[in-house]
Amino acid sequence: MIAINYQRKELSSKLLKIGVLLLALGFIIALLGYVIDHERAAFNGIILLMFVMSVGLGSLFLIGLEYLVGADWSVPFRRIMEILAIVVFAIPVFSLPLFANLHTLFHWTHIEDVMKDPILRNKMPYLNEMFFSIRSTAAFVLMFIFWWLLAGRSFGQDSTPTKNFRKITVRISALFMPIFAIVLTFMAVDWLMSLEPHWFSTIFGVYYFAGTFSVALAVVTLFAIYLNENGYLGEGIEGDHYYNFGALLFAFTNFWAYIAFSQFLLIWYANLPEETFWYLHRWEGSWAVISVGIIIIHFIVPYAVLLPQPAKSDPKRLKFIAWWLVFAHFYDLYWLVIPTYSHSGAVFGWMELYPVLIALGTILILFYFFAKNKNLLPIGDPKLPKGINFHL
Amino acid sequence: MENKIIYGVTGIFDTPDEIISAVKQVKSSGFERFDVHTPYPIHGMPKAMKLGTSPLGYFALVFGLTGAFAAFALMTYLMGYNYPLIISGKPFIPIPAFIPVTFEVTVLLASVGTVLAMLFLLFKFPNNSHPLHDTNYMKKVSSNKFGICIEAKDEKFSKMEVIEFLKKIGAKDIEVIYYDNDALNFKINIFEWKFVAFLVVSALVVSGATYIVLNKLMFAPPFNWMMGQHRIDAQVESKFFGKDNFSMRVAPAGTVARNTNQFKFSGQPELAEAKLINPLIPTEENLRKGMKKYDIYCSPCHGYHGIGDARLNGQFPNPPSLHSEKVRNWGDGHIFYVITEGQNSMPSYSSQLTNEEKWAIVLYVRALQRAMNAKEEDLK
Ligand code: HEC
Repeated sequence: MIAINYQRKELSSKLLKIGVLLLALGFIIALLGYVIDHERAAFNGIILLMFVMSVGLGSLFLIGLEYLVGADWSVPFRRIMEILAIVVFAIPVFSLPLFANLHTLFHWTHIEDVMKDPILRNKMPYLNEMFFSIRSTAAFVLMFIFWWLLAGRSFGQDSTPTKNFRKITVRISALFMPIFAIVLTFMAVDWLMSLEPHWFSTIFGVYYFAGTFSVALAVVTLFAIYLNENGYLGEGIEGDHYYNFGALLFAFTNFWAYIAFSQFLLIWYANLPEETFWYLHRWEGSWAVISVGIIIIHFIVPYAVLLPQPAKSDPKRLKFIAWWLVFAHFYDLYWLVIPTYSHSGAVFGWMELYPVLIALGTILILFYFFAKNKNLLPIGDPKLPKGINFHL
Repeated sequence: MENKIIYGVTGIFDTPDEIISAVKQVKSSGFERFDVHTPYPIHGMPKAMKLGTSPLGYFALVFGLTGAFAAFALMTYLMGYNYPLIISGKPFIPIPAFIPVTFEVTVLLASVGTVLAMLFLLFKFPNNSHPLHDTNYMKKVSSNKFGICIEAKDEKFSKMEVIEFLKKIGAKDIEVIYYDNDALNFKINIFEWKFVAFLVVSALVVSGATYIVLNKLMFAPPFNWMMGQHRIDAQVESKFFGKDNFSMRVAPAGTVARNTNQFKFSGQPELAEAKLINPLIPTEENLRKGMKKYDIYCSPCHGYHGIGDARLNGQFPNPPSLHSEKVRNWGDGHIFYVITEGQNSMPSYSSQLTNEEKWAIVLYVRALQRAMNAKEEDLK
């Protein structure tokens, strides 16, 4: 076995400073927003919630995936995902202002309207405030439980490795996968799809998942490259690991396009008025520009940048495209949420900045504090040397 | 043999780690033309050999783009211009429906093109011989050893030095490989009769077996019982009605349409013209009805506009124009008379059209006439 040369290095407080700055700025804007136009602020709150959920839940998913498929290459970065997964605890916090504004956000909470509308009346057993809150709470609790099972348990392994740790965690991951799929689908349906309660699309959960995976991976890629370049990951990690990040990002860029197009093609072809109106809303006025933009931003640009082989292992281009995918996910959520707020055309102002600022600030701050006094490599994992010496 | 030229020097190693470190030493000693042969892919080998990126990626790009544009252009031309068809209410050029096909053709052309480019351009396909074939070295590296071959083409190559060098870095079974030009340029003759015969026989066997399986063993009669009814098809000879062998029967003389009485003015067109007046007024509804019936019963001969330019033109005595001075000056009753009784080679329509339908047609014929001979004030 190859010995690992790792000396813990505390994260620079620059990270914290940037995080606090972003969060404070975002917080002020959000506060102003809720005072001036609480409706618009609340809709932006959904973007914030769903972005943070993508990163947190997505990190848990990446951990589970690593255990399940027995991946070697990502072992040196698992700690990053484990630390990043802490943001699942921010999700309920961000959902609080939304719960306070359910009436502004969701048409189906207006009982008088629902009783007049046969479609909504029939959906009432599912779409009612009580069951909605239960579902979200259950989802949050499940996220916490699996945070502990998949991420939290791992930190102690550095000093006192336990027997069968991997074997048990593999089983937990297997259990986690279906639960993850269900939780994520319910959250996507509840918080995003039910904004237009007449609409339904069975592929919608997968659509949100495709964005979740690529943004979680992009954030992990960013952390991995920055930490690695600044010497936080021991002796450093070579190009072949980067290549895997690039290849996966590329794959999931395509996956997102495939799912997004499948959803569109079926609805377009069947041409049923109860399905098409959702796209028609996104084709009204300036929304058409945003809708075309999503093809370019979420698919064509990352596809073109990641297509050449060298791009996938070049940290410069990877950093660029990872940032780009973070932006693309915000854009995607904006496109999913805001048309319900503003039917006639796209709106963008200072208030739309707060989800971005708060989300990035929160991630940085939580990462900083949670990474304190922790090894950034899972040095107790017997697979680590194999992971570090990974070659394609 | 005299004809022998030196190809290179080979050496054998036992483990993947040894070969990796050997490759690194070969590389750092400045050799450029060498190759490594291993029974399975070794992780990190491309890096140790410092191989650049393969040009195949560009082939894939070019072929893929060709596929994408070709597929898209073909569909656009066919669906939009060559044979425009509306499918499930979509526009003639339904771009979203093109995307799956475009994607598939892109992938198809990129993959097939890349493989062919690899075979023909990089492997120089029809030529399949290589100096290392049938050597002891090849036997070993294709079972459980790892070999390296430094080629004579290398600028730094000199036989003795390379042998010494390989020894120094720990290679075993060092061999010098020779080849002769004839062997290298030997091309297999793909038209050799045994090979061609084999192809023909296997094609016959496969297609014969397929034929027997599909048409004999798995044969199920097609669902054609609806075609095999005991009825007489239109326009077909039939012995059933002994006399004339026509399957289509002519209505007996004096047949009238349902709810219609016998025509009172048979053989008296002038009287009909004087006595009969059109009971219908030219409402849109009546005109539409007239148009419908006219298009069904009259247009095959007289044409949609009554000019006589119809689809039967030339196969039947050409009917006169309905816009002639004569017909325009006829009273409505006369046209009604012609429809009911027929005129010379024009048959009677009394068995097909009710009186009301005939009057509607008359209205429509009047409208056609007026449209063709519009007066100044009609345009206002
Ligand atoms: C099978 C072909 C055919 C069809 C169908 C037909 N016609 Fe005729 N029609 C003729 C021919 C041929 C003549 C000229 C007969 C003759 O030689 O006088 C004619 C003559 C006429 C004339 C007299 C024109 C003239 O200048 O003497 C009128 C009016 C007329 N058709 C109306 C109709 C109407 C109305 C219908 C539909 C109910 C109809 N035709 C259907 C073949 C046809």
